[in-house]
Amino acid sequence: MDIMADNVTSATIERKPKVVARDVNVYYGEKHALKGVSIDIPEKSVTAFIGPSGCGKSTFLRCINRMNDTISTARIEGKIEIDGKDIYDPALDVVQLRARVGMVFQKPNPFPKSIYENVVYGPRIHGIARSKSDLDEIVVSSLQKAGLYEEVKDRLDDSGTSLSGGQQQRLCIARAIAVGPEVILMDEPCSALDPIATARIEELIDELRSNFTIIIVTHSMQQAARVSQKTAFFHLGVLVEEGPTDQIFTKPRDKRTQDYITGRFG
Amino acid sequence: MAEHTVRSYDQELKMLAGKIAEMGGLAEGLVADSVTALVRMDTALAQKVILTDVRLDRLQREVEEKAILIIAKRQPMAMDLREIVAALRISNDLERVGDMAKNIGKRVIAINTNFGAKKLVIGVEHLADIALEQLKDVLDAFTARDDERALQVRKRDDEIDALYTSLFRELLTYMMEDPRNITICTHLLFCAKNIERIGDHATNIAETVHYVVTGEQLIEDRPKGDTSHLVSVEPAD
Repeated sequence: MDIMADNVTSATIERKPKVVARDVNVYYGEKHALKGVSIDIPEKSVTAFIGPSGCGKSTFLRCINRMNDTISTARIEGKIEIDGKDIYDPALDVVQLRARVGMVFQKPNPFPKSIYENVVYGPRIHGIARSKSDLDEIVVSSLQKAGLYEEVKDRLDDSGTSLSGGQQQRLCIARAIAVGPEVILMDEPCSALDPIATARIEELIDELRSNFTIIIVTHSMQQAARVSQKTAFFHLGVLVEEGPTDQIFTKPRDKRTQDYITGRFG
Repeated sequence: MAEHTVRSYDQELKMLAGKIAEMGGLAEGLVADSVTALVRMDTALAQKVILTDVRLDRLQREVEEKAILIIAKRQPMAMDLREIVAALRISNDLERVGDMAKNIGKRVIAINTNFGAKKLVIGVEHLADIALEQLKDVLDAFTARDDERALQVRKRDDEIDALYTSLFRELLTYMMEDPRNITICTHLLFCAKNIERIGDHATNIAETVHYVVTGEQLIEDRPKGDTSHLVSVEPAD
């Protein structure tokens, strides 16, 4: 009930756009993977991208921290701005961008290092903190924000890979938070987790949105309905419909959205 | 509307819609029979109405159980979700309509006299004709998912209300004319109130049809013509 009420409020309060995309096209070689996507992502809220496999939602997500740069055949046209600054500006430092735009992946991928080292890795290479006490503080606050601290505080020297799947994913979220990002991209963060671990991540996402702009790609429509305030539906590389989550899931305007979310897609 | 990838889901929704159709037919029949029983003072028919209402109650429980099960199993969204919410609401309205008809049946058995009844019953019969028409119309609107037709039904409810108010006044007058009319007129007054309520349920269903079709709740006030709470008739000297 609370979540529903919350969705209504966030739908009525217009939030400032954090990420603005205009006419974004992505090609993988000959394949036109994303076709003219324009969307505003509101700050400090959760935006969900849904759609069938191969619809372009992950491709678009990867544009937002320029992960597609690592794919040699990928070509991107159009404009993506964060806080009004073009992120494809040649003068822009991509490493700095990725510190501002963190990412959490489908499968938890902690470094084969201690829990402590997993969290401090980013802050250290970005030169955010150098002294032991600063790093200690970052570890504690990041793990707390990721809802993992109480479970691991007595074994920070244990390997990150020794944790359970859900704990590993929260460690990855702590690692992303540690460098103080503004935007967190999540690419199906719960698809490898059991329902309890999933519920904990969803709870965490709900807490994080007061401080971060979160964009989540998910195959679970229920998850999108539960955690997000805004939902965008992609199909065949096109952004078909976007709007307040409660509207998309109760009265979508486009027939394709309706067919997809009600399970009528061929 | 295309079919679901999971075909058993379609069958479940179809079954739910079928049960609502069955309830609608049954409720219409009960109202018609109860009024016929009243007009003819036919206690056997009245008894039948009372017994048949049990079927409507049972169907309503079935719809509720089915709907809950579908929600639990399928986590319905959008149009499907609205269909299921509509089935729950409409089955409630129809179950209440059955109760109203049953109550009329009980009163027929209680009145059980032909003393002056014909003249007094005509107004109630007329009211019932309009209410039945409304019920029939709104159920057709639901079957056809016809928002326009449903809105027409909703608009017409004030006719029933106005007629009920005038009937109220008329029955009071009869009671004053001859105290021997009081028993039957009081029963008829409750019968008329029951029928007026049936009209209200038809209006509820019309609002549900609007919700199913558009996804919007009707928020503006519905037309109201029932001013019987303001009526007072003074005895002539």
